[in-house]
Amino acid sequence: MWKVLKQIGRNGIRTEPAPQFDDALRVAAEQIQREILDILGQALAIRQVDAGSCNGCELEIHALGNPYYNIEGLGIRFVASPRHADMLLVTGPVSRHMETALRRSYDATPAPKVVVAVGDCGCNGGIFGQSYASCGGVASVIPVDVAVGGCPPAPIEILRAILTAVRRGRQRQPSSADHAAGREPENARAGSGN
Amino acid sequence: MRLAGLAFDLDALAAPLPMARTTVDAAQWQAAAAAVAQSGGRLVSLWGSDRRGGETGALVVSVAYALRDGLAWLDLALPETAPRYPDLSALFPSALRMQRATADLMGIDTEGAGDRRPWLDHGAWPAGFLPLRHDSKYGESAPRAEAADYAFVRVEGDGVHEIPVGPVHAGIIEPGHFRFSVVGEKVLRLEQRLGYTHKGIERRFTELDPLEAHRLAGRVSGDSTVAFAWAYCMALESAVGSTVPERANALRALMLERERVANHLGDLGALANDAALAFGLAQFSRLREDWLRLSRDAFGHRLLMDCVLPGGVTAEPGAAALQRMRVQCNAIETEARALLAVYEEHAGLQDRFMTTGRVTPELAAQLGLTGLAGRASGQASDLRCDHHWPPYDALEVRMATRREGDVAARVAVRFDELFESLRLIRALCARMPAGASRTPLALPAQAAFGAGWVEGWRGEVFVALELDASASIRRCHCHDPSWHNWPVLEHAVIGNIVPDFPLINKSFNLSYSGQDL
Repeated sequence: MWKVLKQIGRNGIRTEPAPQFDDALRVAAEQIQREILDILGQALAIRQVDAGSCNGCELEIHALGNPYYNIEGLGIRFVASPRHADMLLVTGPVSRHMETALRRSYDATPAPKVVVAVGDCGCNGGIFGQSYASCGGVASVIPVDVAVGGCPPAPIEILRAILTAVRRGRQRQPSSADHAAGREPENARAGSGN
Repeated sequence: MRLAGLAFDLDALAAPLPMARTTVDAAQWQAAAAAVAQSGGRLVSLWGSDRRGGETGALVVSVAYALRDGLAWLDLALPETAPRYPDLSALFPSALRMQRATADLMGIDTEGAGDRRPWLDHGAWPAGFLPLRHDSKYGESAPRAEAADYAFVRVEGDGVHEIPVGPVHAGIIEPGHFRFSVVGEKVLRLEQRLGYTHKGIERRFTELDPLEAHRLAGRVSGDSTVAFAWAYCMALESAVGSTVPERANALRALMLERERVANHLGDLGALANDAALAFGLAQFSRLREDWLRLSRDAFGHRLLMDCVLPGGVTAEPGAAALQRMRVQCNAIETEARALLAVYEEHAGLQDRFMTTGRVTPELAAQLGLTGLAGRASGQASDLRCDHHWPPYDALEVRMATRREGDVAARVAVRFDELFESLRLIRALCARMPAGASRTPLALPAQAAFGAGWVEGWRGEVFVALELDASASIRRCHCHDPSWHNWPVLEHAVIGNIVPDFPLINKSFNLSYSGQDL
């Protein structure tokens, strides 16, 4: 236990500021009323659906949970069922074999719901395109609110897309622990590669 | 070229690893399988090709075996009406799913295999459509309305019930279906149904320029992008008969080792998390993020996608970047050793890890368990050590093996390989050759064959490539080691409790996309 505490104490808090939302990522007109977005924006439950990706996007979505992005610190949680979710975070291309499962996940998500398509393949099918086995982008199967390209998009871009979907723009303030350690978030980023 | 154990000569391929190809008849096909099994060789891959219109003018089934002194690629030509070939699954159980996939994609079947259920075909494609036959056009017939039911094996008895899981799983994972038959908490049987992420990769290859298709190879399985891109490029370079500069080889190995470290850091954290030690995930995911950020700074991509390309590499890390990598290796090693000590002393963690999901060396040998999971069950094979090829021959890679075959052994192999890869990266950075990092490739004007074989972080990745006379891709087969290890996972969970399945599954960490193609 002592070693665990020492390790935690030595590393301190590494969380960096969340990105500002970006309306350029929106693909659909506002489907949801402002006041509902305010509620979703406070505590968001996300169901991630891999509809046929190469698993590259999943690696970067996983990274959102690491201490640098600390997505749970923003009140955002990945949940185990679409029935518990406010948002579907979908990677693609949508394979023909996942088409039904994706539709069912969408239908099982209670309204109001938002959909974020992740990655070049989620946007338009990417290098796999449309074929006997691929339906192409997520929007060819379910309605999409926000889409973020990239192969895969960096975690910060995925986080930006999630925050854009719920129009959440508040910057997280640097925590008091950062000040106590005499460390600015920028320094933590610059030092991270060494 | 002669390979020990085989009674015929093969044509050597111009690749850095010893690989050779030849055409056999049905009798030689069976004799070779028996000889390979006898001599302790292993099946690497099995696939079909449509060479009608090519020089052999037939449907062909191919198999790749790993022997002590190299890889043998055997082709068997089949008649166009009722194409059948002798079953290999009696000698190599892992051949079974590859044979079923070949039947789905090519319409060529086996003689004598017990299980003939479709594997990659879920009934969503038009009836009679065979994706890898050149004359099979999509859109000629309407898709089948209702997906076909799959005949799972039913376990019957007092108190037995089934738990169906997937294709959409509870975490951030790829899709697949698991059917558990359980009594109380105990798993009697697990049956997998995969193929959900099948997105037509092998047919897509035939539509791409050979000099561009490394991008598709790098997306067969995103976590192994360097391994697949390198294997594809090795295959293309061997078909062309070109060699890459010394510096390109060193940089490819550097990236492959960085990919191995990135995945091991991720898995070591996730494994502790699955055993309820969230501290491990927080620490290792932080190290992984540090690692990926330096990859982005040095090579331009966090996961190193598209950094390996035909003829060499794109990235040109300078002396400062190489120095940063060496410094980072030291920092990560210090932290990982501290975390190793925490893991080893943590009674709760070890209790979950030890004896869980055990695959004995005997079972591993019988079923063909390969790669990292194989090495944790006493299957001592690693292409970086088995053959002398640059740049690994100068590095004297130390293979990590265990014999316990449980989750703890797969964790231990990851720790050992992590530290070894950090050593290799330091050595590669310290002795990085100067010179060009890319040579131009001229595509041949006649049909050509090439093969690539690389030890990815999960195990051996193999690519078989055929170019036709117009310098386009006639066939590109990509093989992920998950093909062999998924069926073994079904055995590893027998007798364990259902709540241990996520932990056991993670300890193998197999690719869905890599086997679904």
